[in-house]
Amino acid sequence: MEIFGIPSQALFGQLLIGLINGSFYALLSLGLAVIFGLLNIINFTHGAQYMLGAFCAYLFLDKLGVGYWWSLLIAPVVVGVTGVIIERTMLSKLYKLDHLYGLLLTFGLALIIQGLFRNEFGSSGLPYRIPQELQGSQNLGFMFLPNYRAWVIVVSLVVCLATWYVIERTKLGAYLRAATENPQLVQAFGINVPRMITLTYGFGVALAAFAGVMAAPIYQVNPLMGADLIIVVFAVVVIGGMGSIMGAIVTGFGLGIIEGLTKVFYPEASNTVIFIIMAIVLMFKPAGLFGTQK
Amino acid sequence: MSTSTSSDQQYSAGTPAAVGDELRAQKIAFLVMVAIIAIAPVVVYPVFMMKVMCFALFACAFNLLIGFGGLLSFGHAMFLGSAGYVSAHAAKVWGLTPELAILCGTAAACLIAFVSGLLAIRRQGIYFAMITLALAQMIFFFCLQAPFTGGEDGIQAVPRGKLFGLIDLSNIAAMYIVVAVIFLGGFLLIFRIVHSPFGHVLKAIRENEARATSLGYDTDRYKLAAYILSGTIAGLAGATKALVFQLASLTDVHWTMSGEVVLMTLLGGLGTIFGPVVGAAVIITMQNYLAQFGAWVTIIQGVIFVICVLAFRRGIIGEIAHALKKSL
Repeated sequence: MEIFGIPSQALFGQLLIGLINGSFYALLSLGLAVIFGLLNIINFTHGAQYMLGAFCAYLFLDKLGVGYWWSLLIAPVVVGVTGVIIERTMLSKLYKLDHLYGLLLTFGLALIIQGLFRNEFGSSGLPYRIPQELQGSQNLGFMFLPNYRAWVIVVSLVVCLATWYVIERTKLGAYLRAATENPQLVQAFGINVPRMITLTYGFGVALAAFAGVMAAPIYQVNPLMGADLIIVVFAVVVIGGMGSIMGAIVTGFGLGIIEGLTKVFYPEASNTVIFIIMAIVLMFKPAGLFGTQK
Repeated sequence: MSTSTSSDQQYSAGTPAAVGDELRAQKIAFLVMVAIIAIAPVVVYPVFMMKVMCFALFACAFNLLIGFGGLLSFGHAMFLGSAGYVSAHAAKVWGLTPELAILCGTAAACLIAFVSGLLAIRRQGIYFAMITLALAQMIFFFCLQAPFTGGEDGIQAVPRGKLFGLIDLSNIAAMYIVVAVIFLGGFLLIFRIVHSPFGHVLKAIRENEARATSLGYDTDRYKLAAYILSGTIAGLAGATKALVFQLASLTDVHWTMSGEVVLMTLLGGLGTIFGPVVGAAVIITMQNYLAQFGAWVTIIQGVIFVICVLAFRRGIIGEIAHALKKSL
């Protein structure tokens, strides 16, 4: 069977890869958007923290015999706690300054973390086995769908939508959105805004680590796995606009699919297509597809 | 970045006498720099000095944008790297003389700066940084795949050729003088730009863009002009570097290079005239001595980043200038 002269196997295969990449774009840009909303900084360490999540899972299994399921729970907490420490000891000193200093600080931290792991584990990837329960694949008639990949897509959708729900529909989220608009006023109502900021950063970082654990069985665990990815995620964030949580999710998945399709129809551009889309969006809608120009 | 620089700038805004005083300090510092460039080859390897000068010019170009325009570009490697590729290609494949090869490389950087600048100046602050980073990554992938760049190998064994068809640059002394002239020329150009009316408008935009707009300045055009100037001079540095090392490679277009130039400028002092030169010299020296430790270089650079941001925001020259109550 062929679609537009492309074997349907290849087409659906690349669409699936696109959806998988999109899941990670969505999870990571969501974390960036949540952090940016309250802290007004772009977390350059996000890629390194995604890598930390994957390495936590790898080390838990290798050193302690802790499997994938527990890692999925523990790794985000561990990395999230390191995030809280970073926020308390360093980032919190910078809020009064130009926001660009936050970017520079997190860039430096990313260099340190990635350098330390490269020293310890080298640059080649370490394999991580797919958990037993999710091995095998389903025959959908038109293609084979590996169970683990289906799991990644479903779980990241669920996590993204749950985050959206918490922020847009619950009382906690209302505090958060209020503090984004006017932290002084929210503090005056008796809400501990500094603690909220700390926990928000921890949560955003934990999301990155969660994505890292999910990615470990698909991509190899590698100290630089987040370094290039984060740049693509930045482009995704620019395209979607930082204003909306739903925007981050939709653009993440959408761009993953577009990237997958580009691999089928014009593979030479598959690395650059997201940046080209970014350029086009900037020309016509500088604030991003879902953003509002301040 | 106004918070760190405005305190230094207040010294420049004084009486005519104070302005003259400030210029005198900068003239003395400039003469010291020229003397160091003249004497250094006796003490250290000339190739090392040439590397320092190329990166110093690169950092000065970057500083023109962040220090005086307030725009943090995280993609300046695209100018350095692509200018290097074009000048290497021009010298090796087209067989042009070195001055024409450098001109070609610089022109290519200028063109890239024009196109990417039109897109990037549509957003400010953090977005500007992310957009330039993404655009630079696009250029990186282009250089990785384009047929003329040689992919992972880069363009190797680039001939230095004969300057104006006369002076053989394989002679290290001749090459050194050419690089020194290019560096000092570029440095003086930036010095002139910073002290020109254009430079003052740029600083006004950095301090308060809305106010500059209300005074009738088309701030987007000023920012674009600063961006193009910065990118072009960065390209000049890259084109020269390709001839010095007879190599154009992916390292120079990679995002780590964009990060390095930020670090050099931050360490030397954002918005100072001489800071980027000192910052580049320190970082290149460090890389030279720590090269055998591999990934430790990255870690140390990260640590310097963190320290500079948390406790040393004025940078080396910024601190000296602050202590002397002068603008350097």
